Parts: sequence; structure tokens; C-alpha cells
Amino acid sequence: MSQDSLLRVERVTKAFDGLVALSEVSLEVRPGQIKGLIGPNGAGKTTLFNLIACCLAPTAGDIVFCGRSLVGLPPHRAAELGIARTFQNVQVFPGMTVLEHVLVGLHRQAQAGLVACALQTVRLRRTERRLREEAEALLDRLGLLPWAEVPVETLPFGLLRRVELARALAVRPKLLLLDEPGSGLNPTEKQAMSQLVRGLRDEGITVFLVEHDMTMVMGLADEVAVLDHGALLCEGPPHLVQRDPRVVAAYLGEGDDA
Amino acid sequence: MTARAWAGTWFLAAAGVAVVGAVELAWPGTAARLTRGLVSTDLLIRAGLFTVVLVGLNLLMGYAGQASLGQAAFYGLGAFASAIFTVRAQALGIPASVAGAWWWPWLVMLLAAVAVGAFALAVGWVILRLRGHYLAMATLGLGIIVYIVLRENLGMPHLNLTGGFDGIVGVPRLRVGGAELWPVQVYYFVVWAAALASMALGLNVVHSPAGRALRALHGSELAAESVGVDVGRLKAQIFALSAALASVAGSLYAHFQAAVVPDTFGFVPSLELVVMSAVGGMSSIWGAPLGALAVLLLEQLLRTHVLGLVPAVSGELEPVVFGLVLVVIMMFWPAGLVSSRRVQGTAWASR
Amino acid sequence: MAEPATTELPARTVPGPRGPAPGAFAARRPSSRVVLGTASAVLLLVFWALGRRLGYGLSEYLQLLVDGTVTGSVYALVAVGFVVVYRVTGVINFAQGAFVMLGPMLAITFFRALGGSGGLALAAAAAAAVLATALVATAVHRLTLHPARAASALTRIIITVGVYIALQGLALRVWGPRPYVMPAFSTLHMADRFLEVGGVTLQAQSLWVWGLGLLTVVGLVVFFEHTLVGKAMRACAVNRTAARLMGIRVDRMATLAFALAGVLGAVGGIVLAPSTRPTYDMGLDLGLKGFVAAIAGGLVSLPGAVAGGLVLGVLESLWAGVTVAGFKDLFAFVMLILLLLARPQGWLEGGHE
Repeated sequence: MSQDSLLRVERVTKAFDGLVALSEVSLEVRPGQIKGLIGPNGAGKTTLFNLIACCLAPTAGDIVFCGRSLVGLPPHRAAELGIARTFQNVQVFPGMTVLEHVLVGLHRQAQAGLVACALQTVRLRRTERRLREEAEALLDRLGLLPWAEVPVETLPFGLLRRVELARALAVRPKLLLLDEPGSGLNPTEKQAMSQLVRGLRDEGITVFLVEHDMTMVMGLADEVAVLDHGALLCEGPPHLVQRDPRVVAAYLGEGDDA
Repeated sequence: MTARAWAGTWFLAAAGVAVVGAVELAWPGTAARLTRGLVSTDLLIRAGLFTVVLVGLNLLMGYAGQASLGQAAFYGLGAFASAIFTVRAQALGIPASVAGAWWWPWLVMLLAAVAVGAFALAVGWVILRLRGHYLAMATLGLGIIVYIVLRENLGMPHLNLTGGFDGIVGVPRLRVGGAELWPVQVYYFVVWAAALASMALGLNVVHSPAGRALRALHGSELAAESVGVDVGRLKAQIFALSAALASVAGSLYAHFQAAVVPDTFGFVPSLELVVMSAVGGMSSIWGAPLGALAVLLLEQLLRTHVLGLVPAVSGELEPVVFGLVLVVIMMFWPAGLVSSRRVQGTAWASR
Repeated sequence: MAEPATTELPARTVPGPRGPAPGAFAARRPSSRVVLGTASAVLLLVFWALGRRLGYGLSEYLQLLVDGTVTGSVYALVAVGFVVVYRVTGVINFAQGAFVMLGPMLAITFFRALGGSGGLALAAAAAAAVLATALVATAVHRLTLHPARAASALTRIIITVGVYIALQGLALRVWGPRPYVMPAFSTLHMADRFLEVGGVTLQAQSLWVWGLGLLTVVGLVVFFEHTLVGKAMRACAVNRTAARLMGIRVDRMATLAFALAGVLGAVGGIVLAPSTRPTYDMGLDLGLKGFVAAIAGGLVSLPGAVAGGLVLGVLESLWAGVTVAGFKDLFAFVMLILLLLARPQGWLEGGHE
């Protein structure tokens, strides 16, 4: 384990009612890199993401983020520590506008308790103005500004992925977990998404992503880890991983569903 | 939302409330004469009291998406706290100089709200992890438990604090200094001041980061947590706020009615609150006064007008018609009278 | 979504059984078996301690236990009614309590119309009352919940509440507020025969409650297991969409579920009636208790509902025997909350959030 890892997954096992979803998985994500996580369906990729985001607790092992163990923390604490995520099946808030999604993402910065909100303190209103400006700037950067006041349920799927990304970025994450950011997007949208993710990396946000589209993930990731049947198969630079016979076998066994 | 975008409508509502109150104060009974006995100060006061409860209930059910079928319990706890600590002050060992002071009932009202809020916070922390039907049923159980405890003298019949089935009579009127806030035309202003204040409070919450977080967790708890919303805590807090509001309304009710009986706060009243909330539109703060008024007017209309016209059927048919009207409203108008466009998509009613 | 909600909820959470409680209190919960075991031990201890104060011996406890199975049988019938409707329609039917009240009220009315004497008349009146209640239940579904089938769970619950209020109001109008008298089945008049069995006193009516309760449940099981319609209903309960694709008329099955709930409620109310005094508002208490029993059994399981009813009846009887009378009803609702909290895996449907 190198000293400079941002996230370290140490011999993590996760079992659901005796069914082992992950067994003894160890990997790390270094700051500033885009790390890809691939594997056939049911390999445990999303489970691993849920463990990192504290939505699940590991059965055994440890997950260390910035030198601090995440095990046992509630999910909102993970966000506070700087882990933001998007979801495989887009999770938006029906009835809320695009801007409001980002504002919810900025929630932590509002620092407003229920009492302050109920009384609408002067400080709260000032913060609210500042947050609004910040949210609009973020939407502008992601090209979502024209839809700022539009309720999300009227948006096409491709835009929803970006709304989720905007909401996640509002947390100002150190580590961004993207669960299949390309799924459901057309090739043009996928390219734009890749471009965006690269831009984020260049700004210093570390990205850890699950992706089924091999072209996308191989073109994007600095390093790729492969999961199969809950175990880490191999790890390394994309061009090497692609040629690894074990990876080929794992995918051939199941068929590439990219 | 710019700061207090709702302020205009609110002031308009406040002005309307004030005008009605002033007219009633100057010429008592005007409303009843104009509406052929349909509207009275009494009815308006009840609507105001329910508004306070419903603001909390709408935040909880319409915004946060958490059901409560036991809200009348908090209403009752507030009412009984006020009644017990004013009527039974002597038995409780509270010195007459304190219990007789004009500010004592107000202090009791405040402390009761805080205590009931704290109680709800503790209970909510545990039961709000239940979802959907299950939460609804747990709150229903909670409501009935509180009702039984009130009815059974808190399990300490020798002290006779709640008065059992018969409740407590002789709750004093509220005073400010030496002035009694009575007759009803005066008390109307007290109740509606509380109603408007609670609406302002509710609107503030709705148009704030907390309000956004509530709607977010209603839409997807998972996603709300992923951006740092402490879902468990926020749900418990909003439950506590709704309970505290209900408690204040209960205290005001006790001083209005001058008597409290447990049956006012049982299972059926809890359901009536949900009905008012649904009729008014639970995903809007404005649904609170509208729902309260609509349901009370409907009941009054059935009592005095519709059924009174047919001599053969006495007022006994009132619950039948009420139940049927309720069914019809829910079948054809499930979103309620008002529902803000934005929350509409997430409201239970429109699912 | 235009369809009734439970089967077609969009996938909303992560794959795998994510704990119901997000956050700190999610993990580290003892298994429900441990919770229930501990709770039962504590309860028995409480019963024993409170009973000792009253000088209770074995025969007293035995008497309470037997009495409890009688009420428990009725709770079980009502609970099964909740379960049948919930499984097929996804609705918690508060009107169930009204069916429990309509059964005995109609039976008494019919019995009087038939002359008010004779075992045959009583049987005919009871059968007619059960049938009539089933018809009312059918009408309730066709006129209210069927048209509103696309509405949210809460809306539909409120509709059933409205139906309950209306039916109870109607009962008040027709029968007035006073309690009625239903003759005991074996003596055919107010006073029942008493039996002494091993130190336990038993009303002959209790045998009728057990017998008819058992018969009804067995009949229901036979219906679900061995008839085509029954199997079709079970298919609807498992997967409504698939059932529809198989050509099953799901809406008719829903109506039939209501009819069955009407039968179960009416039978429960009628067999209990001779030992209580039926009133227009008896449905509220029995309905809520039956509901608690259904929850105790997991809300989707028929054997669970029967067991839940019997256990609730027995525990409540023991509790009522050792505590002050007014606190009798407390037990069911404390149990309700504890059961809900102890069964975190019990979210059987995503509901409306």
C-alpha cells in the first residue's frame, strides 16, 4: 500500500445472508487519478460502491479514506468527508428543479439547522443567495443552465445523468464515485461525459467509476481494476488489463454486455 | 426562491383574517347572519386551531413524505398539559402566586410544546426508520397508546391528573396582564395569530435548505444521503416540529373549550386531521387553512343545512354523508384543493 | 403509473438488501428472533410478577389462556381478512372493522325477522348475514377502491376510512347506539351453557367460536389450494402483472378478495356476538386488533395472521388478567409498535415515498 492513496479498500468481504458478494477485495485509488472498475454483471461492483459510500457496512475488512476508516459511518458522513456519487439507475428528486437538485447538493454548506430555517435568519438568507450563485455557476459549467428552472421529470435521460453529476459535484468531493455514467447515453453524449470527467480529474477531483462500455472506460481510466464473482481479478493500466487472459476469460464466459 | 416570495399572499391572508375578526368584534354574529348560520366565530376558531396542527402535518406528510396517523395525540398532550397545570396547579404543589399569575398558562403552553417536541424527537428517532404503511401503522399505534394513557389517568388513578374519561373542566381563559382574552371574538385573534405565525414558520421551512432537503428525502432518501443530508435526524426534527405545533394548538384549544376530554384526541380525530390535510392539499402550507375550513364547513353544512331540510332524517346521517363525501373527494380530487406545482409530482396523492 | 402500485414500483434502491435504516442505527441490530425471544421472556416474567401480586395460580392462568384463544380466534379471522385484501390489492382496508360489525347486526335483524326462535332460523339468519356482508364488501370495492385503483396507497387508505365512517354511521342510523343481544348458539337464548374442563370454565359458545373459526380458515385454505379461482387469486398476490398476462382478471380477483374479507369479518363478528353485546361501533376495536394481528403475522401470510391473532388474543387476555381494566387495550398497540420495529425486513412494499 502506497502512502499517497486517497482511498484504500483492505480485504473487504461483504455477505448478504450468507451469500458472498465480495470476498477479500483490496484495492486503492490514488489522488488525481481516474480509476475504472469493470467486471461482468453480478461481479460486485455496485456493492463495492455502496460500501465506499457507507450505504452498506462490510462484513469484514476495512475501508480507509484520507487516513480515516469509513466503516460504521452513516452515508451522510461519507458525503461530509468528501465522497460524492451518482447512481446506476438515476436517483433524482421528482418535482424538484435542476437548480434545486444542485442546491440540495450544497446542503452541507448551508449550515442551516431547522430552527434557523423556520425563522429565516438574516444569515440564512445571505447564505442562500451565495449558494444560488454557486449553483448557477456549477450548472453553467455543465451546460445545464438553460434547464435550471425545469422540473427534472420533464428532462431526457441524458440530461438526468448530468444533473446527478452536478448534484454530486456540489458536495465539492475529493472522491467522485460514478456508477455507470455512460449507460443509457448515446455515443455523442458518452463522449461529452468522458470529456467532462477528464476535466474534473484535471481540476483535482479523483474519480472512481464503474462502466460497462469498454471503449469509454479504456479511453478514460488511468488504471482499471477487474472484479469477477466478488473477487479482484487483476488491476493495472487499461492496455495491460485488456490483454490479461483471465479478464478475457471472465468476459467471454459471460458475454460482453457493453 | 427569493426571500419570502410568499410574503404577499401571507399578508393578504392576514388582512382577510383581521377584517373578518374586526367585523365580528364590532357586530358579533355578522358572519352567521350572512351565511345563514354556516360560519360562526366558533367555527373559525376551530379552523385556526386545526391550521396550526395541519401546518406541521403537511410538512411531515406532504413534504417529508412521512405518514402520521396519530397526530391527535400530540394535540391532546398539549391540551392536557395546559389543563392539568392550570386546573390542578394546587394539587401539584405549584404556589398560588405562580399559578395565579397571568403569564403562567402561557409559560405552560410553551413548556408543553417543548416537552411534546422532545418526546416526539425521541420517539421519532426510533419509529421514523419505518416506511410507508408501516410508519403509518406505528404512528396509529402511538396515537392510541397516548389516548389510552390519558383516558386511564396516566396509570395513576389515585392522583386523578387527567380526570379519566370525563377529562378536566374549568380550564381558565388566557389573559394578558389583567385583561382576559375573551369573549370568543377576542380569542379569535389569539388563535389566528398563532395560525398565521405557524403558516409563516411553515412557509419559511419550505423555502429554505431544510425544505429542499425534506422534499429531496421524500423523492429519494438514498440520493439525499449521498449529498450529506442527515435523513434520520431531519425526519425526527420535522416530526418534533409538527408535534410541538400540535401541542400549542392543543393548549389553545384547552383554554378555548375550557374543558378537555380524552375522546377529542383519539384514533378517529387523528384520521380527521389526515382527512383535512388531504382535502386541503398536503403538499402545500396553504392547504392547511383551506383543508381545515373546507372540512369544518362541510360538517357544519351537513349538520345545519342539508340534513336539516329533510325532517325525516335527523342529524344522525351526518357521519354517513361525511364518510361518503370523503370517499368522493379522495376518488376524484386526490391532490386536495391546493397543491403547489412543484411538489405535486412527489405528493402521495399524485402517485 | 396507471396500475395498482405494489408490483410495479420502479427500482429505487441499490441491489442487495440494503438495511431499512440508513445511517448509524442501520447495522448492529440483533436478529428478530432474538428480539422476539427476549420480549416473550420479559412478558412472561411481567405476567408472572403481576399475577403473583393477585395470588394467581396455574388454573387462573389456564383460564386466561383459554379465554384468550376465543377472542384470539376472532382476531385471527379479522386478520386473515386484512391479509387477503392486502395481498391481492395492496390496500390496508380499514373498512374491515365495519364488516365485523355488520355480520352480527344483520344476523340479529334477520333472526328477528325469521321469528326470533329456533336453531334453523338462527343458522339461516347467520348465513344470510354473512352473504349480505360479502355483498356489501363487494359493492365497497366496486364503487370506491376499484375506480380509485390508480391512486396512491394513502389515498386508498383514506377511502377505506371514509367507507368505515359511512358504514358505521349507517349502522348508528339503522340500529341506534344501544347494544344488541345475540342468542348463544347452543341454548338459543341469552344465557349460555357452561362447561367445566380441568378447572377451566368454558362457555359453550367458545366451542362454536373455535369450531366455526377453524372451519372458515380450513375452507379458505381449501379454496386457495384446490380451486382454480383460489389459485388465480394467489397468482395475483404474487405478481399482478404476470397474472394479468396469464389472462387472469385481476380486478375481479380484487373484488373477490373484498367479498372474502366480508365473509371472514362477518363470521368473526357473529361467533363472538353472543358473548359480547354487539353495538354499531364494535368494528373499530375488533378491526384495529385484527390489524395488529395481521401485522404480527407479517401482513402477507395467512398462517401468520392466524397465529398472530391467537397469540395476540392469549397475550392480551393474560395482560388484561393481571393489569387494571383500562389498560387492556394498551397491550395490542404497544405490541404493534414493538413488532414493527423488531421486523426491519418487513418492508414488503416500497409504498409511497
